[in-house]
Amino acid sequence: MAKDDGFTPSRRQFLKGAAVTGGTLAVGKVYAQAAPDPLITEMQPWTQYLGPGVDAAPYGMPSPHEARVVRRNVPWLTADSVSSVNFTPLHELDGIITPNGLCFERHHGGVAEIAPEDHRLMINGLVDNPLVFTMQDIMRFPRENRIYFLECAANSGMEWRGAQLNGCQFTHGMIHNVVYTGVPLRLLLEEAGVKTNGAWILPEGADASGMTRSIPMEKALDDCLVAFKMNGEALRPEQGYPLRLVVPGWEGNMWVKWLRRIEVGDQPWHHREETSKYTDLLENGQARRFTWEMDAKSVITNPSPQAPITHGPGPTVLTGVAWSGRGTIPRVDVTLDGGINWHQARMSGPSLDKSMHRFYFEFDWDGRPLLLQSRAHDSTGYVQPTKEMLRHVRGENSIYHNNGIQTWAVDENGNAENVEVG
Amino acid sequence: MNKVIGLSASLLMGSATFVLSENVAPSQDGGYGLGRTALPEEIAAWDIDVRPDGLGLPAGSGDVFTGEELWIDNCSACHGDFGEARGRWPVIAGGFGTLHGEDPNKTVGSYWPYLSTVWDYVHRAMPYGNAQSLSNDEVYAIVAYIMYSNDLVDDDFELSNENFLDVRLPNEENFFMDDRAEVELPMFSEAVCMENCVESVEITARAAVLDVTPETETEGDAAAAEVIEVAAATEEAPPAEIGPSPELVAAGEEAFRACRSCHQVGEGARNGAGPQLNGIYMATAAHAEGFRYSPAFEQVRADGLVWDDEALTAYLMDPRGYLPNNRMAFRGLRDAADAEAIIAYLRAEGGE
Repeated sequence: MAKDDGFTPSRRQFLKGAAVTGGTLAVGKVYAQAAPDPLITEMQPWTQYLGPGVDAAPYGMPSPHEARVVRRNVPWLTADSVSSVNFTPLHELDGIITPNGLCFERHHGGVAEIAPEDHRLMINGLVDNPLVFTMQDIMRFPRENRIYFLECAANSGMEWRGAQLNGCQFTHGMIHNVVYTGVPLRLLLEEAGVKTNGAWILPEGADASGMTRSIPMEKALDDCLVAFKMNGEALRPEQGYPLRLVVPGWEGNMWVKWLRRIEVGDQPWHHREETSKYTDLLENGQARRFTWEMDAKSVITNPSPQAPITHGPGPTVLTGVAWSGRGTIPRVDVTLDGGINWHQARMSGPSLDKSMHRFYFEFDWDGRPLLLQSRAHDSTGYVQPTKEMLRHVRGENSIYHNNGIQTWAVDENGNAENVEVG
Repeated sequence: MNKVIGLSASLLMGSATFVLSENVAPSQDGGYGLGRTALPEEIAAWDIDVRPDGLGLPAGSGDVFTGEELWIDNCSACHGDFGEARGRWPVIAGGFGTLHGEDPNKTVGSYWPYLSTVWDYVHRAMPYGNAQSLSNDEVYAIVAYIMYSNDLVDDDFELSNENFLDVRLPNEENFFMDDRAEVELPMFSEAVCMENCVESVEITARAAVLDVTPETETEGDAAAAEVIEVAAATEEAPPAEIGPSPELVAAGEEAFRACRSCHQVGEGARNGAGPQLNGIYMATAAHAEGFRYSPAFEQVRADGLVWDDEALTAYLMDPRGYLPNNRMAFRGLRDAADAEAIIAYLRAEGGE
C-alpha cells in the first residue's frame, strides 16, 4: 500500500506542470527547474521500505501502472462476444514482438478449452497412411522457431467508407507478431504420405465453430508450421492452445486454432469462411475469392489518437510498424504534412520475412498542426497505396484487405484524430 | 542430410560461433515413425466436411415444412423467423440485387456460391452453442427451408442427397480467383514522389464526426477504479448464508455453457439473443428490462408466473412444452440434475 500514502497525486501534478512549462519555452532548450524536485529531495517509500519478495507473483504480471495497456473491443461490431474480435493496443507497444496477453483475439465460437492430453491431431484424406498424433507425438518431431505477423483480413475493415474509429488500436489492432515454435507441416504430411493427387489441405479446428479453410498444398509444404509455443511459452488458450496452424504472410483466419485435423484433397472445399466471409466484394458486384496474401501495410502508432503528444513542442519521436505478407520491409516513408513532402524513416530491429518491422522518425515539432502518414515499401517493390487508390480498384464494399495509408491529424495541443485527406 | 552432418561437426568442434543460417527441420526418409494409424471409425467421426461436388454428403432428406419447424426451434432466435436476423446476427435470406449498392446484404440467396457450404456449416457449427447436434435429415430439412426462405424453391420441396447436385445458387458465377498480382501489384509498385508531391492537402473526413469509438479509460479513471476495487476488497465479507453448495454452483456453471451463447449472467450482464439472467430466481417472468419478449412470455408475466425452483426446472427441462410459442431456441435439458445445478449457478452468479 506504499503507493497510497498521498504520493501519487503530487507526482501527477508535477508532471502536468512540467508539460505546461515545456510547452511555453523555446524549442530545443533545457528548461530550468524553479523548485527542487521532491522526487529527488524527499525520501521515497520504495527506497526506504522493502518490496515484495520473490514468488509474490509466481507468474509475473505487468506493473499496475500499466493497467490501461489492454486489448479492447468495439461492442457494436458484432452480435455477441463469442463470435467477435478485440484489438491489440499497438500505441502502447514498441519493438516488434507482441506480448502474449496483448495479442488480439478473434473467435468464431468462443475459446475452446482443451486439456493437452485430450487433444488429437488427425491427418486423413488423400494420404497413404491416415494418422492420429497426440501432443506428445507432435513434440517428438524436429522443430523450428519463426517470427511472423498474423493479421486478420478484416483489419482496418471499418475504414473503407471513411475515417471511423479514433485509435490505431481499433483501426489497425487486428495484428500481432510473435515467435512461434512448431513442427513444419511438411514433416507431418510426409509422415502420412501425400498421394500424388493431393493438391489442397483442409485444416479444421476443435472449437464450436468447427473452423475450416482450404489451403493449397504448395503453401502447406513451403513454410506452414504446426505450432505449440508462442514467445517461448505454451500458446494462450485464446490463440489455439494446445496447437495452431501458422500460415506465414496469409490472412489470419487461415491460421486455424485448436487444430485437430488436416484433410488432404484434390480440390478446395469452398467452406463458409472462404465464400460467405473472407471474399472481397468489388464495386461491380463480383467478388474475389482466395485473397490469401496480406498486402504491405504500415501505421504510425505514436503519435496517434490514443497516444497524443503530451510534451509540447521540441524533440518528438514518431514511431510505427510495417509488415508485408510477401517479404520484408526495407523502407518506410513518413510525411508530416499529409503527403506534400516525404522523409525516409529509420528502420530498427530485426528485419525478417513476413514479420512486423519497427520504424522511427525523430523530428523537432514546431507546435503547428500535423498530418501524419506512413507508407511502407516491401521487398518485392510494392508500395502501400493510398485509400483512394484502393477504392478506385475495389470500391467500398470489400471489408477485407484494407491496407491503405492511414492519416492522423495532430492539432496544436498534440491531440491526434483519425482523418482522411484529399 | 548435409545440414545434420554440419551441425554434428560443429558440436564436435565445440564451436561457439557456428551459426546455421538455414536451420530447417530435416525430413527423414520413411518418416519419423511417430503417430498411429487412424481407425475408420475415428475418421468417420471427424471427417464430416462436404464439398461442392458432393464429396462427403451423407444420404438423407428433409422437406421445407419439417425445416420450418426445426428453424423456429433452433435458428430463429438469432436469424429471425424468415432468415431476416435479429440484432447483428447473420441475415440468411433476401438481399437480392444489393451487391452493387451502398449496403450489400450478403445472404445465402444473394451471395453464397454453393449449397454444399450451407449444408456443411449448418451441420458442423449450428445451432450456435449446440454444434453437431442435428441429424443428417434435420440438416437437409433446414437447408431446404433456407432455400425456400430465399425463394429458390416452392413450399413442397424436399432436398436429398439425390437431388442436391442439381441445385445451383444464383451468385455462383460472380466469384473469381484473386487477381491482385495482375491488377494491383503493377499499379502499386511505381516509383514514389518524395518532395512537393501535391500543392495542398485538406482534411476530407473526420472520425470524430461519427463518434463511434469506445471510450478508452484515462489514467485517472484507472486509478479511481483501482481505489474502488481496493475499497471493495477490504469491506468485511457478509455472514455466510445457507445457499447452494459451491460444487453445485460449479456444476451449474459447466451446464450453463449450453446457454451462454444467448444468455449472460453476472456483473455487467446485458441482453443478447436472450435476456440477461441477473435476478431471475424468484422474479416474475419476463424480468429483464429492455428485452423484447415473445407474446407467450408477456402473457405469463401478466399471469404473475414466478421463477421458483419448480417453474424454472419445468421450463429448463422442456421449454416448448412448458411455455408454448416462446422463442428460446433450446430443446430442454436431459437431466434434472443439470436444471438444479443451473438454478444454483444463476442464484450464485446473478443474485436473487
